[in-house]
Amino acid sequence: MTAPSRPVVGVAALSAGFGDRTALRDVSLALEAHAVTAIIGPSGCGKSTLLRCLNRMHELGAGAWVRGRVTLDGDDLYGPDVDAVQVRRRIGMVFQRPNPFPTLSIRDNVAAGLDLNGFARAERDDRVEAALKQAALWNEVADRLNRSALALSGGQQQRLCIARALAVEPEVLLMDEPASALDPIATARVEELIHELKDRLTLIVVTHNMQQAARISTRTAFLYMGELVEYDRTEALFTNPKERRTEDYVTGKFG
Amino acid sequence: MTQSRWARRAATDAAMTWLCGLAVAVTLVPLVSLLWMVVARGASALSWSFLTSLPKPVGEVGGGVGNGIIGSALLLGLAATIGLPVGIGAGLFLAARGDGTAGRTVRFLAEILAGVPSVVAGLAVYALLVRPMHRFSALAGSLALAILMVPMLARGTEETVRMVPRDLFEASLGLGVAEWKSGLLIVARTAAGGITTAVCLALARAAGETAPLLFTALGNQFWNLRPDQPTASLPVLIFNYAVSPYPDWQKQAWGAALLLLVLVGVLNAAARLATRGRFAGGGR
Repeated sequence: MTAPSRPVVGVAALSAGFGDRTALRDVSLALEAHAVTAIIGPSGCGKSTLLRCLNRMHELGAGAWVRGRVTLDGDDLYGPDVDAVQVRRRIGMVFQRPNPFPTLSIRDNVAAGLDLNGFARAERDDRVEAALKQAALWNEVADRLNRSALALSGGQQQRLCIARALAVEPEVLLMDEPASALDPIATARVEELIHELKDRLTLIVVTHNMQQAARISTRTAFLYMGELVEYDRTEALFTNPKERRTEDYVTGKFG
Repeated sequence: MTQSRWARRAATDAAMTWLCGLAVAVTLVPLVSLLWMVVARGASALSWSFLTSLPKPVGEVGGGVGNGIIGSALLLGLAATIGLPVGIGAGLFLAARGDGTAGRTVRFLAEILAGVPSVVAGLAVYALLVRPMHRFSALAGSLALAILMVPMLARGTEETVRMVPRDLFEASLGLGVAEWKSGLLIVARTAAGGITTAVCLALARAAGETAPLLFTALGNQFWNLRPDQPTASLPVLIFNYAVSPYPDWQKQAWGAALLLLVLVGVLNAAARLATRGRFAGGGR
């Protein structure tokens, strides 16, 4: 495995699970800044757990535990005086199913993170517009910002959720199978968006779709049964895997 | 063979359909006849002075239930002030932390409270408030009504808040919003329609209660807006007038009953309107 050029998120000896069940076993990897890292693996391999450990969402589940170290730009995210809420402000998240706030308008959805965190109202509209433009949604919704977010199509809703996450200007954006609930055209748009966003921030995308991982990512991590099997440049991992299990998985022999 | 089986099934079907219709009729007949009786007998008592003036002494014709209307409004207002924060607060707690020991205890107690006969709530307030204060009061009546509202509010709030998908809570957390803020400003706001329904239903229930008011708010022949004084109310007024031997009072009892029915009807309609169009559960 070649070392990433400029690591921003560091994971060291990370194990996590619920109660006596271990979902993630001793995972270590360094994630490159301003790149897209894909996390692939069969269902139940721990890829979502890994993602949710990075912004301290995992610990919200009943009986959840985490061991090991996660750093962001050198800061220990599980340090004794670190507030999980502050971590989530630096590391945003987009979920599998589009989940706009149903009672809020399109504008208020994008501004929700700003409003709830007490940001100044003055630059609100500018930041909403900027976030919607970054999420490639501005042209479609500029004339109906006050309409309900539920009036949008599924793909638009997901880009709205991406805009909502971008509005608070996180350093890292986690995406948990962001296109798996979308049709092929909406999926293509989200993938295109991921490609554009990596100039702005660091993206980590969980996907069970290997073609998608190959299309969007610079590096790919393959997880199996809670362990990190292989982590390499995407091209190398797909064309010349070093591990037998990786080769079997990417060639479709199991999973 | 098959034909006779078919005929038997058709006959069973017809009989069952007919029985269901009968059940509906048995349910509707008393309701409709009751409504009809209240409207028919109460409408003739209604007039502007009936709504705005004080009761007259026995023997004098006329008089109204104005103090009962104001008194009921005062009692409901105070009961809501006491009951809504407690009931909705308990519901939010149950929805957020309801699976622990504390949550199970609170839910169990709320269920018992929901089963307490309303007259017992009145008795408890009599011992707690009326005896120490040496006085019947609107406050005591409101407290008794609030005790009846709290379990309804807690259950209604918990049920609607739990219907809000966890996705929304996590989405808010993912934006770096604190847990309590996400719960209150995203989840509870999404459930606001359902909570409003619970509030309207609880108020409708409280508005019609008579027993807990008899020895707490008592009643009053005059205007009262002070919480520490005995207060007239529509249900108690109906009770007193209905059991009286005077035809004029009995007629006014019907009028007051019609007023109360309209009030409860409006509250129930409001409860339905609050959740119409926008469903708290989100989704598409």
